[in-house]
Amino acid sequence: MSGYIEKSGYIENMRANEYTNTYKNLIYSVLICLLSVFNIQETVASDGGETEKFNIGEMINHHIKDSHVWEITHGVVIHLPIILYSAPDGLVVFSSENFFNEGHQEVPYMGYVLEHEHISRQDGVSVLDFSITKNVLFIFIDAFIMLFVFLAVAKGYRKNIGKAPKGIQSLFEPIIIFIRDEVVKPSIGEKYQRYLPYLLTLFFFIWFGNLIGLVPGAANMTGNIAVTCVLAIATFFITNLSGKKTYWSHIFNTPGVPWWLRPIILPVEIIGVLTKPVSLMVRLFVSITAGHIVVLSLISLTFIFHSWMVGFGSTVIVTLITIIELLVATIQAYVFTMFTSLYIGMAVEEHH
Amino acid sequence: MDLLIPEYGLLFWQLVVFSIVLIILAVFVWKPVTEALRTREAMIEDSIKSAELAREEMLKIKADNENVLKEARAQRDQLLKDAMAVANKIKEDAKGETAIIAGKMMADAKSAIESEKNAALSEVKNLVSSLSLEIAEKIIREKLSDNKAQRDLVEKFVKEAKIN
Repeated sequence: MSGYIEKSGYIENMRANEYTNTYKNLIYSVLICLLSVFNIQETVASDGGETEKFNIGEMINHHIKDSHVWEITHGVVIHLPIILYSAPDGLVVFSSENFFNEGHQEVPYMGYVLEHEHISRQDGVSVLDFSITKNVLFIFIDAFIMLFVFLAVAKGYRKNIGKAPKGIQSLFEPIIIFIRDEVVKPSIGEKYQRYLPYLLTLFFFIWFGNLIGLVPGAANMTGNIAVTCVLAIATFFITNLSGKKTYWSHIFNTPGVPWWLRPIILPVEIIGVLTKPVSLMVRLFVSITAGHIVVLSLISLTFIFHSWMVGFGSTVIVTLITIIELLVATIQAYVFTMFTSLYIGMAVEEHH
Repeated sequence: MDLLIPEYGLLFWQLVVFSIVLIILAVFVWKPVTEALRTREAMIEDSIKSAELAREEMLKIKADNENVLKEARAQRDQLLKDAMAVANKIKEDAKGETAIIAGKMMADAKSAIESEKNAALSEVKNLVSSLSLEIAEKIIREKLSDNKAQRDLVEKFVKEAKIN
């Protein structure tokens, strides 16, 4: 709470000097943004004297989490389809609009209740939720963009056989070649061709997903643990199913370890097999979600302080952070692909 | 905390969509694209190699041409030299022949002159003898009485004849 008192003192101070010392205030506003921690709840007295609650934590959580509606901006809502399965009703499909009344309050529909994005039955029977949520919609959008782009790229290759690439083909060819020659080939070795389709799909799915996620109003799709979880599980299965003798003997019969150490080393090795996909899953989830949280927190500062100075400062910083996020989007896609290739490379390695 | 718990609905959709995208892209995009890339790379490599070969071939041809030219030049020089030698020989031969012919002509001339001379001499001798006979006739006719005078006269005539 002391932080809050300090800050409100700061605000008064700032208000007093607001129009006399503009430059100094701009610097202060930037400093405030830099020093601020996110996820703080503030009650700020508005000009009218009424208290207005603005809960940043709730707002940020609402954004980075999945939802059954797509709120593009405040008030502009797209209601997404709800797909439910329960033993008494079977498969049920309806719009999520039915869960809201005119006052935008959550109301039960057909015996189903939507509460905190969780759907349950009023009679307590368990229900499976396969709704097209905001993130599912963005998985579709990502998939659609990928198909659209790469079928066009493939068409280019069919058209210009043996010729120089043209159009969208020449835009993606260097990236495809980069992934093939700089990421996949050095990590996996000669048998890289079997894994190249998966790794290219992985890279572009994550990259496009990250970039789509940076569009204002878009969902935090690649920053969702379920999405990264599926990708990590895919990597886990591909890695272990293509594991050769060397790979398994390294786990169950670690070379250079005395026999009495084996019982300790074996669990460590098995944990190692599991931590690889878990690290992939968590790394992508955390970096993308963190980026979204930082951007949202900085934007929220404007609403906490009710000051155009802070607004200016946070806008500058948010712009910079967004540029960094563009970089992060690419780096995370690269890193995920890189590590997946490395793990596959370790698995298919024949000898030391 | 529920941020860290994957939702099964999302897991299901992500699995389905990602698998479909992976299959479609693998069959219709990555396979033809990587193959096209490989063929093109092979083609480029081949082109570079064949260009290199062509360059070497050209260098060889150039060297060959140079050699042919050099040979031709040497041949020309040889031919010129031979022609000169032949010409010289012809000249020398012609000179020799001319000399021989000239010698022969000289010899012929000399022998002709000789024969002419001999003819002339015999003519002169005939003339002399006829003249002597005439003179003797004259003398006999004029003075056959005076011995001394006869003798002197004969001597005088003989002397004259000897000179001739």
